[in-house]
Amino acid sequence: MKTLDKLTKPVPGPRTAKIYKRWDGINSEELGQDELREKWALFGLSIPAIILVLTVIAIPVGWLFWLSLFNDEGVLSLSNYTRMLDSKSYSRIFVTTFKVSFFTTLLCVLIGYPLAYFLAQLPKRWAALGMMAVLFPFWTSLLVRTYAWLVVLQRKGLINQWGMELGWWDTPIKLVHNLNGTLIGMVHIMLPFLILPLYGSMKTIDFDYIKAAANLGANPVKAFWHVFFPLSLPGLFAGMIVVFVLCLGFFVTPAVLGGGNVIMVSMKIETLIDLFFNFGTASALGVVLFVLTLMVLFVAYKLLPPDKVLGQGHNV
Amino acid sequence: MTTKFTLTALASAVLGLALSMSHSASAQEVTIASWGGSYQSAQSKALFQPVAKALGITINEETYTGIGQVRTKVAAGAVPWDIIDTGSGGGARACTEGILQPLDYSMIDISNFVPDTTLSCCVGTIVFATVSAWNTETYGMNGPQNWADFWDVDKFPGTRSIRGKMHGMLELALMADGVAPDQVYAVLDSEAGINRALDKIRELKPHVAVWWGSGAQHAQLMKDGEVDMSTGWNGRFDVAIADGAKAAYTYNQGLQDYDCFGIPKGAPNKDLAMKVIAEMSKGKYQANIPQYITYGPTNSTAYDTGKIDDELAQNLPSHPNNAGNLLAIDQKWYAKWEKTASEMYQDMMTE
Repeated sequence: MKTLDKLTKPVPGPRTAKIYKRWDGINSEELGQDELREKWALFGLSIPAIILVLTVIAIPVGWLFWLSLFNDEGVLSLSNYTRMLDSKSYSRIFVTTFKVSFFTTLLCVLIGYPLAYFLAQLPKRWAALGMMAVLFPFWTSLLVRTYAWLVVLQRKGLINQWGMELGWWDTPIKLVHNLNGTLIGMVHIMLPFLILPLYGSMKTIDFDYIKAAANLGANPVKAFWHVFFPLSLPGLFAGMIVVFVLCLGFFVTPAVLGGGNVIMVSMKIETLIDLFFNFGTASALGVVLFVLTLMVLFVAYKLLPPDKVLGQGHNV
Repeated sequence: MTTKFTLTALASAVLGLALSMSHSASAQEVTIASWGGSYQSAQSKALFQPVAKALGITINEETYTGIGQVRTKVAAGAVPWDIIDTGSGGGARACTEGILQPLDYSMIDISNFVPDTTLSCCVGTIVFATVSAWNTETYGMNGPQNWADFWDVDKFPGTRSIRGKMHGMLELALMADGVAPDQVYAVLDSEAGINRALDKIRELKPHVAVWWGSGAQHAQLMKDGEVDMSTGWNGRFDVAIADGAKAAYTYNQGLQDYDCFGIPKGAPNKDLAMKVIAEMSKGKYQANIPQYITYGPTNSTAYDTGKIDDELAQNLPSHPNNAGNLLAIDQKWYAKWEKTASEMYQDMMTE
């Protein structure tokens, strides 16, 4: 009750409590206790989430790692990892996985950034309509969208039929059952994951900054690159990381639109489990992908620390 | 309130009745898991329903996704199925691993079976073939007549589709390379032999537009005209052709393969399951299958029942006219080389 009373008054939060401790000796003890209580209460509130993360992420990943250390006969060994070095297909599959993820992310940025920028400039009602259009694919099953691309892109599909009837090209273009088709399908599915955080961060940018830049003599292009773009980077990086990491684990789209010419790690894992019931090697693949992903994220973090990115924007 | 109460009461009454019924009937009931789709509906009409009637029992049907699922259930000690339908490869692996129990061949009469269609734990039910199909719009009716033709991109220019797994592919490559069908498995019985087959596939690789992953996929590829030629399973091509695909295929140099019935270890009604399998393996039931799908009987006496007319019979893979042109899949080779050859195949694919 006592705490509640205090909360109703304009009483300092945990941050200001430290200041009180330093500057004001009268009720610093009580405030310190309050701070501690609040911290524990917040920790208590996050317990369900912590338990969830432990049970659905930490334990399975640990178990995966454990499984990967046993060979076919159930003996402790590193054979699942050495096999990846012996057989050339594994390294090629990893290269393909990262290549597909990289190009998907790049294309998403090239297409998604202008779109998000456009949406952020629109009046509210039109922006809402635009967002609906972006989100609409989310409500359609991934499988349906993937097979729809097959119908559109294949040799006797819509695009090739129209293109040849209009005389734009004579022989069918290979749009699917290769890297092209895989990228088209994946960009389509991943685009909302880039646009949502990017649009969110663009909406928080104060347009007065751009007006100020114009006032100081910057032309629109300069104002964009020196003011708006740096401020939108946190949202852009958040979106890029989500897209890249989701791509690494993609299965359905490359399996259907890659036509066997694009083999990603998830597909190799499926073969290992389905055909050979080989959880050891499959787990080892999962572990290697996991570690490589963490390394990519670490490098991205080192190259583009979030606070530096933010600071850059504010310093302009 | 009243409605809700009545509904609850009714529901529990029905549930109780159902439970007591299933309990009392469990002694005369078997559950069969198969692949679903047009194949299982054919099986249901041809085998399951007539056999249930003849034995005076109930046959429940379920669908499943393959031997991997049986393996998991057996490992967990909770097997819901008495009989499963599996491909010969899955069956052979299951025999080695002990997932399926040995069959009692004193009860099941296999004296008139097509050769190489039984395993110790799994008895063949249908024969199918891996064949070469071609697009009749591209090549007319004179498509590739053997694997050398399939590989000949000068004589038959156009795109190909072959399987994204080595299963049923290395044999074809060796035949294309001039190995006589009866020598194929002898040549394949070494890494050098496997490499010879892989080199032949490397030769064709620039013309392979799609590496297919399922029967549904290669049927669709032919139907959409996405490729000009494809390897694949005869029944799927027949369904596609009936569905309007401009395609044809030849049995010449095809691979003979089969699906079989087995009893998972720990099946609840294994004794009755054995009787059901014995009954389903008789020619008089197997003769019903081709009425619904173009897969051939494993029991040759099915052809003597008069149920399969001549025209239909000649299109079936186990018909004597066709069976002579087919090479039977050798499960012993797969048991020995499957893992090695699969890794080598994927190396070749990702090159």
